[in-house]
Amino acid sequence: MSAAVQAKAASRLLLSGNEAIARGVWEAGVKVAAAYPGTPSTEMLEQIALYPDLYAEWSVNEKVSLEVAIGASMSGARAFCAMKHVGMNVASDAFMTQTLAGVVGGLVIAIADDVGLSSSQNEQDSRFWGRFAHVPVFEPADSQEAYDMVKAAFDVSEQYNTPVILRLTTRVCHVKAMVTVGEKGNFPVKGFDTTQKRWVMTPANAKGMLPRQITREGELRKAAEVSAFNLVEPGSDKRVGFVTSGPAFMHVRESFPDAPVLKLGFSYPVPVEAIKSFRTTVDKLVVVEETEPLIETELRAADLQDIHGKDILPRLGELTPNVLIPAIYRLRGEEPPATSTYPKYEPFPRPPTMCPACPHMGVYYTLARMRKQVQISGDIGCYTLGAGHPWNALDTTISMGASMGIALGMDKARSEETKDKAVVAVIGDSTFLHMGMQGLLDIVYNRGNVTCLILDNRTTGMTGGQHHAGTGKDLNGDEAPRIDFVRLVEALGVKPERIRKIDPYQLPVVNRAIREEIAINEPSVIITDRPCVLSEFYPKLTPYEVIDDKCTGCGNCINVGCPAISVSRTEVKKRDSAPDIVKKFTTIDTAMCTGCHMCVESCGPKAILPAAAE
Amino acid sequence: MSDIITNILVCGTGGQGVMTAAEILAQAAIARGYDVKKSEVAGMAQRGGVVTSHVRFGRKVWSPVITPGTADVLVAFEVAEGSRWADMLRPGGVAMVNTIRLVPPVVSSGLFQYPEDPVATMRAAGVTVYDFDAGAIARDLGDLRLINTVMLGGIADYLPFPAEDLEEQIVGRFRARKPAMVEVNRKAFALGREAARDRAEGTRKLAANQ
Repeated sequence: MSAAVQAKAASRLLLSGNEAIARGVWEAGVKVAAAYPGTPSTEMLEQIALYPDLYAEWSVNEKVSLEVAIGASMSGARAFCAMKHVGMNVASDAFMTQTLAGVVGGLVIAIADDVGLSSSQNEQDSRFWGRFAHVPVFEPADSQEAYDMVKAAFDVSEQYNTPVILRLTTRVCHVKAMVTVGEKGNFPVKGFDTTQKRWVMTPANAKGMLPRQITREGELRKAAEVSAFNLVEPGSDKRVGFVTSGPAFMHVRESFPDAPVLKLGFSYPVPVEAIKSFRTTVDKLVVVEETEPLIETELRAADLQDIHGKDILPRLGELTPNVLIPAIYRLRGEEPPATSTYPKYEPFPRPPTMCPACPHMGVYYTLARMRKQVQISGDIGCYTLGAGHPWNALDTTISMGASMGIALGMDKARSEETKDKAVVAVIGDSTFLHMGMQGLLDIVYNRGNVTCLILDNRTTGMTGGQHHAGTGKDLNGDEAPRIDFVRLVEALGVKPERIRKIDPYQLPVVNRAIREEIAINEPSVIITDRPCVLSEFYPKLTPYEVIDDKCTGCGNCINVGCPAISVSRTEVKKRDSAPDIVKKFTTIDTAMCTGCHMCVESCGPKAILPAAAE
Repeated sequence: MSDIITNILVCGTGGQGVMTAAEILAQAAIARGYDVKKSEVAGMAQRGGVVTSHVRFGRKVWSPVITPGTADVLVAFEVAEGSRWADMLRPGGVAMVNTIRLVPPVVSSGLFQYPEDPVATMRAAGVTVYDFDAGAIARDLGDLRLINTVMLGGIADYLPFPAEDLEEQIVGRFRARKPAMVEVNRKAFALGREAARDRAEGTRKLAANQ
């Protein structure tokens, strides 16, 4: 059991931002919490699920998770929803109307921005949602603030009848810092509010609510001006003062400990008056915000022109001390101090790889061998790594579920060059259930010629192995109904004879299945059926080894891409009338090998055999 | 307590135990009453990629990130990773390096070269490196998972608190759950400490002879 779950009030613990939020959510009396996994937000729900007296779920996508939370809020219960920044794009349809309707039980949406893109397809600034939807935004700078602010956010939500956004970044979610926890409050469920059909957002009803939304924003602005989360940290060095929010505050304080700082925790609506009065106390004012100049733009609109921000700071990435210090020195007209003593050295890249025995490798090995005949529309998950070495077998990755719709678009917009190519879509099980099903329905309905590969590894792999509607278990690890992918795609209209379920470890089977399906001009689905090697469903088998005197150095097994296989030695074979051939003799790390036998299938001379027991 | 902040950068590759080592360091610092921040890179990096964790402690820690050129200690679980992050050290900082070479697929397939001697590269740049084979020590003790304890033993004499505090933090974890592992962890810790001392001694002698 987690230490944070058992901790008594006033205990001081080392917690990540995500763990601190989970504790705060529980103390705030939340009854319903829902999310779809996404780095760096995933651990919030995993941690919340460990607490008693609340309901927590993995939803099929972020929009559904927000709707579940909204339903709970309408019913008078405090509700929480967590997602990564791009998840909010999916959830925004529900969000943009709910903001008009308001809440009964407090509703807090934690959105985790991946500043610096450690594990995302873009870098977007979720603070925009506050302006777009006229809702307050809280921005914690560390774990303690994340804990404090999530609790305060529920109060603000109920007091002002509005959903509240808690904007996090990777440096809050995945940094551990000291947190003093409190006790669980008592917040009884108030019951469903039936007054004046307030939840029925017909045009007439919704129109009537618009003025209230504008009034509410004015009231929130007043609250932000005096909020205890927006405070001046005094400083003696008044040459440059800072207005900042989120973890950027920590970097500012680290870099310029003596400078005055106005730290914004309740950062939207922007407390313009407080900033204007702070401006008069310092020589120069710099707005330090990751990533977009939102506060800066509002200040300029409020005619506070004599300020700096993105004129001296980058618009992308983290604003860490090594970024801030030189920029501020230059602003002061000084030479920046020297930073590193030792030179930067890059030995070689070490990109993320698929795990030994990963079932995705069999599919990409096969696709790589027919690369010239196929266009491959990809999706978001571990299998995005198929774009990398040694497979290079992925042409697109845009958003969750996009492999399907994009494949259809590619099919309908063929050029001279692509007219004879097959279009293949590759998607994982969790991503297919998240947002891929609709795309497949569209392919069927509009008579697309696409071969869809659903790589079912029975987990949400990239985020660390979470359950979903296709795994047979729920967030708590309890037995749950398990969707049958074959019947699902059949229900979406794919002809039964065009649906195959195959073993991705059987390379000849994979090869035959893909070649046959791409040759047929109608929608088809190939489902691979092997569990993720990191999941509870994966059985380890006897490892294999390469018998050196049987190995011919063809290098086929290297092309499988398994990290357990490496080149032990090379030999150059000279040829007179053709380029030389480099023979790659290989070896298998038996400690890493789990006996999936994919490489055995790739080996012509049968040089790969079960490892002799030591 | 002084205002000085201690910065420790732990680096390695996914699955090597970088996060666990950083967590133990952080908990040892908390036990001494320090304010602590520990940052990590997660997500895709876990799939065999580069992993680092920044551990910072002192009276009051602001930024969770170590600024390049300010790390007091670099703990490298893999030798090339040590060379990748050596520029994070401050002048006079120490790199404690496990000499294991983990060759990624981009190297084994011939796209990139694994450097001949990453430690020599670091030394040529003026970095103080103490390198030893933590894997061999762990293997001799019968459990490769002890590498973590060996490496922590290696840096135990370069922290602003007694080595015994760090040892207690490691041993305490096993005392409750796996008491049989207590003694072997003590040994691993002591051997790591000894290996680092030997290397430091050897380096001093070498410098004296030059």
